[in-house]
Amino acid sequence: MKKLLTILILNFFLINKSFALIEIDITRGNLDPLPIAISPLHVDIKSENFEGIKIKELGEDISKIIEDNFRGTGLFNPLKKEAFVQKPDIAHLKPRFEDWRLIKAQALVTGKLLISDNKLKVEFRLWDLAAAKEITALAFTTTPSNWRRVAHIISDKIYERLTGEEGYFDTRIIYVAESGPKDQRVKKLAIMDQDGANTKYLTLGNELVLTPRFNPTNQMVTYMSYFRNMPRVYLLDIETGTQEVVGNFPGMTFAPRFSPDGKKIVMSFAKDGNSDIYTMDLDSRVVERITDHSSIDTSPSFSPDGKFIAFNSDRSGLQQIYVMRSDGSEVKRITFGNGIYGTPVWSPRGDLIAFTKMRKGKFYIGVMRIDGSGERLLTENYYQEAPSWSPNGRVLVFYRETKSGSKGEGFTAKLWSIDITGYNERRLKTETDASDPSWSSLLSK
Amino acid sequence: MMFNKNLNKILLVIFATLTLSACSTAKKSGDVSDVYTGKDTVKYLASGVADRIFFATNKSSLTTAARETLRKQATYLRKNKNLNVTIEGHADERGTREYNLALGERRANSARDYLMTYGISGSRISVISYGKEKPVNPAGTPLAWSQNRRSVTVKVN
Repeated sequence: MKKLLTILILNFFLINKSFALIEIDITRGNLDPLPIAISPLHVDIKSENFEGIKIKELGEDISKIIEDNFRGTGLFNPLKKEAFVQKPDIAHLKPRFEDWRLIKAQALVTGKLLISDNKLKVEFRLWDLAAAKEITALAFTTTPSNWRRVAHIISDKIYERLTGEEGYFDTRIIYVAESGPKDQRVKKLAIMDQDGANTKYLTLGNELVLTPRFNPTNQMVTYMSYFRNMPRVYLLDIETGTQEVVGNFPGMTFAPRFSPDGKKIVMSFAKDGNSDIYTMDLDSRVVERITDHSSIDTSPSFSPDGKFIAFNSDRSGLQQIYVMRSDGSEVKRITFGNGIYGTPVWSPRGDLIAFTKMRKGKFYIGVMRIDGSGERLLTENYYQEAPSWSPNGRVLVFYRETKSGSKGEGFTAKLWSIDITGYNERRLKTETDASDPSWSSLLSK
Repeated sequence: MMFNKNLNKILLVIFATLTLSACSTAKKSGDVSDVYTGKDTVKYLASGVADRIFFATNKSSLTTAARETLRKQATYLRKNKNLNVTIEGHADERGTREYNLALGERRANSARDYLMTYGISGSRISVISYGKEKPVNPAGTPLAWSQNRRSVTVKVN
């Protein structure tokens, strides 16, 4: 879709080795979000026009994106700009700390930008107001049309500095855009920035498409399509738009995901009423059968080290979650709670598995340790499934459907996110109804 | 008083027995209790030959009614030797998408297998699963879900 933008980190103004005085504990729900002031970026008057960009508003626009990102985490409380006490350019040079403390801010973000020679230069600083000092400062240069990404990258840098964990703002979500009545749904692959901007549709809606998932570099997507009424797993190169069927299976293939090194696709193949798990190596095209059982084995998901696969099987009678070595040996059932379990997804940190649980007519999104212990249900609803992890393993995105009326009316499908703390449940903005979300890794890593 | 107490006990025992047996019947028939048995949504391959069979939640086993329908389909297919069919397997919306794809495939195949035991060549029967993607009844009700848990035999030529 986009050449990976080269964003040059020009300067590292300051390497701060002292302890940060402001710190955010993100291991539990944060009921007292950190007050942060995000000043509009100062726009250098020498800035030149660039097609499609309103330069004068760019400083405001970038700070607005940062503000929205931070509000969305539930960990920060971005303060109202009306209360700000200093002009952006002066604050960026050297804030009057006591004035900002007066409006109860604990951290301050300032910045400035310049467009010249068709380049956008942005620098920002993060200030610890209690300690009265700068704690992070960075500058970026990129093409001006990437200004939204710059805002996300700045957000990631600030988030990392204040929480000690990697951010997740410079990321995209691929999903299935849905429209039309429930019994004649039109489904297209769609991709957007994690904040809902820059939506692009990758298929036209002529055939049913399901369950898209990124590869580790976010340039390829594997998904399922009913192209020519043959339900198969496909591989799509987002940049070039080329796509191909994965493997040559004499029947339905589905539930695809990449291996963590991106070299294999793991998926289910259904034949004669039996679904088993297979992998295909994308270079050698070698297909390997991983499970061989008369039950339904599906929804495979690799551990981040590639050594294990979690999957869904009804070999015990109803759907449960199992873990095995990635060669198919040492299959162990890990769910034994009341209810049935599906869609296991291994967290990028490797310590948790997210899942869907069905019990007494309700659907839950939850997490558990990889041996099945420590189950925590994060959210209960009429229908929801298919969690996907943010790259830092703090947030899950999933989709939720509403109960329809007697004619199918009132049916919606939307994307939602929730922290693994169980707090901060939010609906993601999408242009259409949406399902089957998959979160990318950090784009600028 | 004494008599009453005893009677109560006896009644209690009888009641408990009844409840228990009711439970066990419900459990035994639980597999088929939510199978749709009506005629709404059903179409016909020929007069008297219904095109679809219905399944219990999470099941792909054939009910007595389903077998009867399939035997009629087999008779019809034996008479029309040049006809090929596709069996479409479906699930209701109350399950995860990927599992439902597999379940639809298993349902379609249990219909196919049954037709084959009645002498219909497997080469005449293809299967496709739509999982929960193509509900015939879009309502969010147990009745609709039971109508959606189905396999449908469709003529392809």
